[in-house]
Amino acid sequence: MDAIKTIDLTKRYKDVTAVDGLNLTVRQGELFSLLGVNGAGKTTTIKMLTGLTRPTSGDALLNGKSILTDMAAVKAMIAVSPQETAVAPNLTVWENLELMAGVHGFSKSEAKDKIAELGGRLGLGEVADKRAGKLSGGWQRRLSIAMALITEPKILFLDEPTLGLDVLARGELWELIRALKGSMTVILTTHYMEEAEALSDRVAILKSGRLLLTGTPAEIKTRAGTDKFDQAFVKLVREG
Amino acid sequence: MLAFSKRNGLEIMRDPLNLFFGAGFPILLLLLLSAIQAHIPVALFEIGRLAPGIAVFGLSFMTLFSATLLARDRGRAFLQRLYATPLLARDFILGYLLPFLPISAAQTVLLYGAAALLGLRVTVRLLPALALALPVAWLFVSLGLFCGSVLTDKQVGGVCGALLTNLTAWLSGVWFDLSLVGGAFQKIADFLPFVHAVELERAALAGDYAGIFPHLWWVLGYALFVTALAIYAFLRQMRRL
Repeated sequence: MDAIKTIDLTKRYKDVTAVDGLNLTVRQGELFSLLGVNGAGKTTTIKMLTGLTRPTSGDALLNGKSILTDMAAVKAMIAVSPQETAVAPNLTVWENLELMAGVHGFSKSEAKDKIAELGGRLGLGEVADKRAGKLSGGWQRRLSIAMALITEPKILFLDEPTLGLDVLARGELWELIRALKGSMTVILTTHYMEEAEALSDRVAILKSGRLLLTGTPAEIKTRAGTDKFDQAFVKLVREG
Repeated sequence: MLAFSKRNGLEIMRDPLNLFFGAGFPILLLLLLSAIQAHIPVALFEIGRLAPGIAVFGLSFMTLFSATLLARDRGRAFLQRLYATPLLARDFILGYLLPFLPISAAQTVLLYGAAALLGLRVTVRLLPALALALPVAWLFVSLGLFCGSVLTDKQVGGVCGALLTNLTAWLSGVWFDLSLVGGAFQKIADFLPFVHAVELERAALAGDYAGIFPHLWWVLGYALFVTALAIYAFLRQMRRL
């Protein structure tokens, strides 16, 4: 079964069509990037897939569950790390993780075990008792991703996870994201082409709400006739 | 919902400004006005009438706290993250509303405790006064949830911090007898819930249980109406993402 299958997925806001008849398939365990310039429809697509907004028409199946008729089941298997750092600033790192475990219905002992394991794996132990609002941007992003991972989602949505971070913090997060590959399906949106190329198994390029093409980074470079991924992206978007 | 509710309680209690305006400021006012009363006696500022008035004024800060918390969560995309979890709309509304009730109760206990040190008689009448502070708190928190759903956190500061606390103060009869102004001013004050909240508390504290009505109905009616508005506004902004 595919992790995600969209069927003519469409979203219109009054006279603007943000996503227009999107048909794409994401395989299990894949790291799949959605690329496009501003207004291409990436964020709206993610919002529909995560139940934040309802499609105007069409549907999407996440592990076979419809976003129209079975959103509760969909929400139980997904997690989102939004574009902006979405942490509770006056709670400690551990309390933020407890919060996410709690809203997913984990018992106290389950939550404690998972937090200890995940915190150790992500190196959050050294800031465990610090308030999230006092952390640096890089640590806040790391926490933000940990908050999405704590419930062991089957599908993880990462919206611009490294936006505004310095080179070192970005590199660290790349390692973290790479380590997730295979254990869950990851949908990534990013404006950084080198990030998409370095991390993605496959990418989809959107333009004006429509799907231009999907393929591996290598296939996309071949199709554009260039060995630079960012140049390939620009060329295909301009021609598309 | 409990995990979300606990988080909201911690966020409020860990903000030093909330602690100052929630606990310190009303007690400071009580001390100041009691000191004035000691030198220039005014019936309005006798501790039995002043304490319930300031208790209600203190609760009006719950509007600012709840509105700021919700507006900030919206602004930081924190809610966007939580909307993608199994939490339902009712979990969000209750999760924001419920932690404010014990906080409001604690604030009122502190205020009446300070009033007791200033001469308020500690009798069993304090219990209904404390219990009836809860519907007042519910009203103010709901008002905050409505404002937090429609305003940004910067707008909330002006509307709930400056405008609403002043409106509550002027139109509640805490600082001056509304009948001295009379006319349209008094009619507007009587139509709004603030003066009824104060009269409700004063009647409870005085042991005038018949005097609780109709003020309790005004407060409950407004609380229900504002809660309905808050739910509508919250769901609307949730759908507008």
